[in-house]
Amino acid sequence: MAEVLVVVEATGAFGVKKVTLEMLTLARELGEPAAVVLGGPGAVDAMKDKLGEYGAGRIYAAESEELDAYLVAPKAAVLANLVREVQPGFVLLASTQEGKEIAARLAVKLDNGLLTDVVSVDADGVATQAVFAGSTIVKSKVTRGLPIVTLRPNSVTPSPSPTTPQVSTVEVALDDAAKLAKVTDRVAEQKGSRPELTEASIVVSGGRGVGSADNFKLVEELADLLGGAVGASRAAVDSGFYPHQFQVGQTGKTVSPQLYVALGISGAIQHRAGMQTSKTIVAVNKDAEAPIFELADFGVVGDLFKVVPQAAEEIRKRK
Amino acid sequence: MKIVVLVKQVPDSGAERNLRADDNTVDRGSANNVINEMDEYAIEEALRIKEAHGGEVTVLTMGPSQATESIRKALSMGPDAAVHVLDDALHGSCAVATSKVLAAAISQLSPDLVICGAESTDGRVQVMPHMISERLGIAALTGARKLTVDGSTLTIERQTEEGYEVVTANTPAVVSVWDTINEPRYPSFKGIMAAKKKPVDTKSLADLGVDPSEVGFDGATSTVLEHAKRPPRQPGTKVTDSGEGGVQLVEFLASEKFV
Ligand SMILES: Cc1cc2nc3c(=O)[nH]c(=O)nc-3n(C[C@H](O)[C@H](O)[C@H](O)COP(=O)(O)OP(=O)(O)OC[C@H]3O[C@@H](n4cnc5c(N)ncnc54)[C@H](O)[C@@H]3O)c2cc1C
Ligand SMILES: Nc1ncnc2c1ncn2[C@@H]1O[C@H](COP(=O)(O)O)[C@@H](O)[C@H]1O
Repeated sequence: MAEVLVVVEATGAFGVKKVTLEMLTLARELGEPAAVVLGGPGAVDAMKDKLGEYGAGRIYAAESEELDAYLVAPKAAVLANLVREVQPGFVLLASTQEGKEIAARLAVKLDNGLLTDVVSVDADGVATQAVFAGSTIVKSKVTRGLPIVTLRPNSVTPSPSPTTPQVSTVEVALDDAAKLAKVTDRVAEQKGSRPELTEASIVVSGGRGVGSADNFKLVEELADLLGGAVGASRAAVDSGFYPHQFQVGQTGKTVSPQLYVALGISGAIQHRAGMQTSKTIVAVNKDAEAPIFELADFGVVGDLFKVVPQAAEEIRKRK
Repeated sequence: MKIVVLVKQVPDSGAERNLRADDNTVDRGSANNVINEMDEYAIEEALRIKEAHGGEVTVLTMGPSQATESIRKALSMGPDAAVHVLDDALHGSCAVATSKVLAAAISQLSPDLVICGAESTDGRVQVMPHMISERLGIAALTGARKLTVDGSTLTIERQTEEGYEVVTANTPAVVSVWDTINEPRYPSFKGIMAAKKKPVDTKSLADLGVDPSEVGFDGATSTVLEHAKRPPRQPGTKVTDSGEGGVQLVEFLASEKFV
């Protein structure tokens, strides 16, 4: 069986991202999973055990300071050489900003098709995508080259399949074209223990109804009690209640958690775009006619300033 | 500074959007078509750079004939001219082919700076700037929430999951922007009138030296096999809070094993 290259995504704060484990789980159904680590020196050592636990029989290790010193292009260059060399059956990347950007460059370098925002793919390369805000389900296929697929986080349930990976070193030799966009600083803004928005299995979001940046503490409190991430509607972001990187929707993040809690959010079509594929949806809104209730599995018509503190208290009691 | 802004016409994301039953492409005929929202921020950023540093701003669109409406709307904000890549052979083009066409059109204009939206609301693929960068061998600074221009040096703050990255490159380069970067201006009445007289240069594939077999359905690198509407979600239980709403909410969460 051909190898399936899984391009590892990791963050400084959280290590190997969950979507990487999802890709490894999916890769096991498509061929022989091989993780590709594109990172600074020491990256493989930090991630090896985790990748092995989820079935990476091989790790292609490309480690160089240069991979992190420039934006995306070096990673795509190394990956393209690796693909030419090992001729994998599939290349899987995360459907995140960076994953899609690497995929974009790879597709051009190899003159190859790519499919983004995929939720599943079968061994024949037929991929399922949710388009137009999840309202339309599409089956599609790469018709030139091998399938380059970016997988949307929270599409697959990661399951372990422990193995001891064999590590193969990959040479990092970059030409000048890969070194045009230099990263001069990385600044962490919202550190903390909360899971990342697109990866979280529970997301608690607040909208304009939350009323102020200060009141967002209520949203954070409920999120923390549930072990979830915090999201926000665009109206909440535009009003300065919460930072933009937490915006859910058409022009923000697409999330697909097990549970989505919408507090003081009306449920505009552009907001739904980012959350309507969530497994279970719960809403609190004082307007019984708010469109969010059309998709809520459980809705409370009421004042969030009463309902949310009571719910928080009840969760604490049950703990 | 010579700036090209990429502007895509998309079906309004606030209305129902469909794929065509006959050829699985985005239904642009029946839709209410608008400028891709993020591209308005790209136009605004280009105009601000022109206002601060001088130069000219050209709008570049690849799209069917009705895209002229979006081009005029874009021009009414203030750009100087537009190029419309229009050719029947383009129908059905994939992202890889689109990037080839846009790259060809950009290289004819030889700009210092290309600005585009971070993503389009119909495709949501976030791939175009890097594809163009790869083809033209110029830098890509993507996902900008802030852009500064200092002579030929460009610096952006790139929004990331954890915060931001500072990324810098020399011109020529392509920069993609999020909607946090600025607040786009509304076209003035004068702007709307002036837009009617601004030059829109229509280019065919032949004008760009791109072979029709490399684009459209013939040149597509992927294909849609089938599509269907997702069945709408069924609303569940709705309770009105009469003092116990929070507890009822937690009871529901507990019944679903979230608590
Ligand atoms: C091109 C485009 C892209 C967009 N992209 C996005 C996007 O990515 N994400 C996004 O979210 N939106 C997006 N929007 C905006 C979208 O159309 C809505 O304007 C936005 O989602 C509204 O946010 P909201 O629900 O928080 O605010 P509102 O619509 O104002 O709703 C607030 C809700 O809070 C309720 N409320 C008020 N007080 C209380 C209280 N005390 N207790 C309980 N309930 C209360 C109200 O009944 C109301 O339903 C986009 C719009 C456009 C045109
Ligand atoms: N057909 C097109 N014509 C002009 N610009 C485009 C076209 N397609 C994409 N773009 C630009 O590329 C950006 C990113 O698009 P996408 O990669 O499709 O998400 C958009 O915001 C536009 O600025």
